[in-house]
Amino acid sequence: MFDKEKIDQISKSKKEWEETKLDKVLSRFPERKEEFKTGSGEKVERLYTPEDIKDLDYMEDLGFPGEYPYTRGYQPTMHRGRLWTMRMYAGFATAAESNQRYKYLVENGSTGLSVAFDLPTQIGYDSDHPLAEGEVGKVGVAIDSLADMEILFDGIPLDKVSTSMTINAPASALLAMYIAVAEKQGVSADKLRGTIQNDILKEYVARGTYIFPTEESMRLITDIFEYCSENVPKWNTISISGYHIREAGSTAAQEVGFTLADGIAYVEAAIKAGLDVDSFAPRLSFFFNAHNDLLEEVAKFRAARRLWARIMKERFGAKNPKSMMLKFHTQTGGSTLTAQQPDNNVVRVAIQALAAVLGGTQSLHTNSRDEALALPTEDSVTIALRTQQILANESGVTNTVDPLAGSYYVEAKTKEIEDEAMKYIDKIDDLGGAPKAIDRGYIQQEITDAAYDYQKAVESGEVVVVGMNKYKSDKEPKQELLKVDPQVGEMQKERLTKLKSERNNEAVEEKLEALRKACEGDDNVMPYIVDAVKEYATLGEVCGVMRDVFGEYEQNVML
Amino acid sequence: MSKTIRVLVAKPGLDGHDRGAKMIARSLRDAGMEVIYTGLRQSPEQIVAAAIQEDVDVIGMSILSGAHNHLFPKVIKLLKEQNAEDIMVIGGGVIPEEDIPGLKEMGVKAIFTPGTPTKDTVEFIRNNVNK
Repeated sequence: MFDKEKIDQISKSKKEWEETKLDKVLSRFPERKEEFKTGSGEKVERLYTPEDIKDLDYMEDLGFPGEYPYTRGYQPTMHRGRLWTMRMYAGFATAAESNQRYKYLVENGSTGLSVAFDLPTQIGYDSDHPLAEGEVGKVGVAIDSLADMEILFDGIPLDKVSTSMTINAPASALLAMYIAVAEKQGVSADKLRGTIQNDILKEYVARGTYIFPTEESMRLITDIFEYCSENVPKWNTISISGYHIREAGSTAAQEVGFTLADGIAYVEAAIKAGLDVDSFAPRLSFFFNAHNDLLEEVAKFRAARRLWARIMKERFGAKNPKSMMLKFHTQTGGSTLTAQQPDNNVVRVAIQALAAVLGGTQSLHTNSRDEALALPTEDSVTIALRTQQILANESGVTNTVDPLAGSYYVEAKTKEIEDEAMKYIDKIDDLGGAPKAIDRGYIQQEITDAAYDYQKAVESGEVVVVGMNKYKSDKEPKQELLKVDPQVGEMQKERLTKLKSERNNEAVEEKLEALRKACEGDDNVMPYIVDAVKEYATLGEVCGVMRDVFGEYEQNVML
Repeated sequence: MSKTIRVLVAKPGLDGHDRGAKMIARSLRDAGMEVIYTGLRQSPEQIVAAAIQEDVDVIGMSILSGAHNHLFPKVIKLLKEQNAEDIMVIGGGVIPEEDIPGLKEMGVKAIFTPGTPTKDTVEFIRNNVNK
């Protein structure tokens, strides 16, 4: 971007500045710390100049928004054209209660739904399974069958909203129920918009709600890709997630590297299953975290966009530009919230949300101040949603596209994260790809090491967390917390018993048997799952059949 | 100190958040204790069996899903049934303040909530373990 002569001149002047101005100041007023670091522990220089981005080629590395390599945004007008989807992740207790919360959010300006399921649902157990005891309705809504799903979306027109469902191992079953509910509303599958998380690799690494072994899980995922490309074309079939990798303690560069390595594995699996890259790649979406180091986070989003575009074009030979565009949802960083002085979390969330907006996010969930203590109350959720609305309407950062482009620091950092992430991808390639690297525990180990470094830095005071290891206060205000009714488990059990006495059990048996055969053979399992859930086969029954045929994943326990 | 303190770090229930459990396990190990980590999705029965088999002094359970009021007491009950109540039980995770007195009454020795320095947990174990 700069000619060599000018760079040499800047370099020379910088040296002079250091020797004359800077040294004088430093000798009298030493800096606050020996070394300054990002939130991920990477060194930050005192000053960035054109010299730090002298190799940056505007057309090749940045380009224009909506053009390869999409560093400046996947689309030409970005937030001037359309704001991001304000999508608040919510769900607890019963379908009826969650339905009320969704309606409340939509009435208050939320523009997309995001369903949180309870752990038994996420692991494919019905509410009456012994392992579900104590967990029903706790971290999300309990869904046992289509009957619950009908209540969950009651009065919500599925042709008008887009719905994101955080569901992975049993994603095909929940998507099938969604399709079935829509059909009952008179909405055909080709009109449905939304996302299923469906990213099993990061479950093995960081989130823990896996069911089936790696190979079988990859088959289920590619079956969904194929089924949706024909039947639910507007559906994002996967949300390849760095969020949980970061929450588990990774650095920003690891978040990008490990997430894109997972993405590569899904693309390879689908190509191996005989799909054309451009038939499914446009429906891949991503999900990233936003932590407190504002500029590092902005650089991270830009780096991820550029690197994915290059991978899709150069490595996989994608032809359709849509296959190269990294579109992403962002959630603010749950692990950055403190249980101490929880109102401070409102400020953290605002900074993190700002990073996501400046980084060009397509949708955003802002965490609530009380989430280090419990599920959020309605008041807390409202503040979190309002935070997004203030950013959108008052901050001015949406008026121009990719406003931090050209900042010497942000551009240098973007390149640094891209390079660092690429190193991780190369290493994972050497190990035989993400699934193998995960089986060997490589990715888990790297994340745990980074998490432990951070923990030690917090405990030594090198990293300051306001209200927790500095600026502590003895008086903690009493918090109103959300309480999930402990009777939810019993209520769900009763509903299940009733359902099983009322449905056509013969038809259920028949459909489950057909599903079993499909699992044992090579057929795409999706149509069989859709058939089974329409007869009100329960989630536990559908997943039970798959557990029988596929077996279960064995965790690689390591410290 | 006569003998090295042995700790079972366990993840009861279906919760997959294991960062806290791993951080505590590593910290205890760095503090000179012998640590066995169970991995995810352990039933109370599995936890108690592992604790007895590994002859630990302490069981530390981490849970962030809200199922603590159900799962912690079950572990305590099973320990009693197996005459192993000399094993100290502690817990951590996202546990509301108001639930703590009840858990302590049932026999959980201490609950460490988010933001607790790991050295506090180390110290607590050293001072309270049944030697």
